[in-house]
Amino acid sequence: MKIENIKSQFPIFSKKINGKPLVYLDSSNSSQKPMCVINRLNDFYKNEFSNIGRSIHSLAINATNKFEETRTSVKNFINAKFKEEIIFTKNATEAINLVATTFGQQNIRKGDEIIITELEHHSNYVPWHFLRETRKAIIKFAPIDDDGDIVIEKLQKLITSKTKIIAVTHLSNVTGTIVPIKEIVEIAHKKNIPVLVDGCQGVPHIDVDVADLDCDFYAFSGHKVYGPTGVGILYAKKKWLERLPPYIGGGAMISEVKKDKIIYAPLPEKYEAGTMPTAEVITFNESIKFVQSIGMNNLMKHEKEITNYTLEKLRKINSVKIIGNPKNKAGVIAFTIKGIHPHDIATILDEDGVAIRAGHHCCQIFHEKMNLIATARASIGIYNTKDDIDMLCKAIENCRKIFDLK
Amino acid sequence: MDLKQLYQDIILEHGKSPRNLGKCEGYSHEAKGYNPLCGDKVHVYLKSDNEKKVESLTFEGEGCAISLASASIMTELIKGKSFEEAKEIMNAFLNMIKNTSEIRSNHLNEDQKTKLMSLSGVKQFPMRVKCATLSWHTLVSAIENKKEEINTEKLDK
Repeated sequence: MKIENIKSQFPIFSKKINGKPLVYLDSSNSSQKPMCVINRLNDFYKNEFSNIGRSIHSLAINATNKFEETRTSVKNFINAKFKEEIIFTKNATEAINLVATTFGQQNIRKGDEIIITELEHHSNYVPWHFLRETRKAIIKFAPIDDDGDIVIEKLQKLITSKTKIIAVTHLSNVTGTIVPIKEIVEIAHKKNIPVLVDGCQGVPHIDVDVADLDCDFYAFSGHKVYGPTGVGILYAKKKWLERLPPYIGGGAMISEVKKDKIIYAPLPEKYEAGTMPTAEVITFNESIKFVQSIGMNNLMKHEKEITNYTLEKLRKINSVKIIGNPKNKAGVIAFTIKGIHPHDIATILDEDGVAIRAGHHCCQIFHEKMNLIATARASIGIYNTKDDIDMLCKAIENCRKIFDLK
Repeated sequence: MDLKQLYQDIILEHGKSPRNLGKCEGYSHEAKGYNPLCGDKVHVYLKSDNEKKVESLTFEGEGCAISLASASIMTELIKGKSFEEAKEIMNAFLNMIKNTSEIRSNHLNEDQKTKLMSLSGVKQFPMRVKCATLSWHTLVSAIENKKEEINTEKLDK
């Protein structure tokens, strides 16, 4: 598939926003959907719909098979060892909550320590904060430097005999920092500490191999990988899923129910209670195929090119400051314009059809560290082109004109 | 919606050079406001010796052009008004932003109404309404001597 033709596969780009062609630079928030994904969801409801699981009829058997096919695709996509190491949730947030809750219940006692970093999205902080509240755990923040890189030596120094888990993002949704997960896992495993990786921005933009990373848990969301909303994925090493207690109780996650005892279902059903987002999980297989048809290496190469082009162009505009300068940067570019608040930037850019995000991007800890109240953020997806970036820069110039900046 | 209707000259000008910035001398009332979604902060200082009339009104704050302009225009219009008039003007302002697009108040002259009307454009931008209303809610909190910080996420939508 040719990268240049990719945009045409996304029907939303034939729509006009405020009378202008859409320049979508908010893929870190959620990606747009290609036609094959939209069609699959429609087709499933039109021709194949049934719940999965125990029904014996043909539609149910087909739906169950398709659901499991997605599980196998995900397993292969991130190179997990076993299919039952893939648990479907409603989003990555729920996946992290699943681990924090069940791991906390079993392993966290008063005074135990959890290490996270100053780069984390709120969804990889708040679930651990619950353990601070309910189990009197201590949360330690591994610091970042001015470039937005985690200072590994300082993280290492935070580890004590009380450290029970390390939770860290794979790719920052503000600075685009690609975190050296393998290195962190090696350090942690030497002390027998498990590592959870928030891979929300990882999976859509870099080649993820959980066997190689050797992390214990890896969470991500389908909707950022050109898939439907409502699908989250938790990868966890089998030993953890077997050892930890279940999370949500209900149908499908049990194998035997008596008045005096309940036996839980084997993996992966143990963690998939109730009716799942059946159609969305089945559709997500199409998203994986879409990404695979492009090829992860081609995708990364294209996004790198667009990212470098964006950085180069933005640096030429007076008063634009790019936040963070990490060693290894993906296509997430937070910036400020001196004299214009990020919310004003976002509103004015929107009028030119340019969709960016403004605010703290669910990373208040990062913004506080950098003494920033808010930033504007342009984030890149597979469909973005250099023309999009030229439009972004033109819209920023317009913004500067409205605010009369020299 | 033409963007120029939101970022009118008067808003840009007030946003760039807000009036009545800082702490007014001998202030008797104060209140803080915060919008946790975008980080906008405002701190209103009001001087009133008789608990009836706003003798002086100033603010400190950080935020977007809309929130700074709104706070700046507010301090200009409310100074010299009675507490009751101030509350009435705030209700008229909120009503304009949320419902009518016009300003109905007996306590403002036409020039002052025009100034306030410059903020009516936010009506078209639901995500930005709180930018415009934060300082006004904070003012009422100051008048009523409420201790708790105004938080836009805890106000009625």
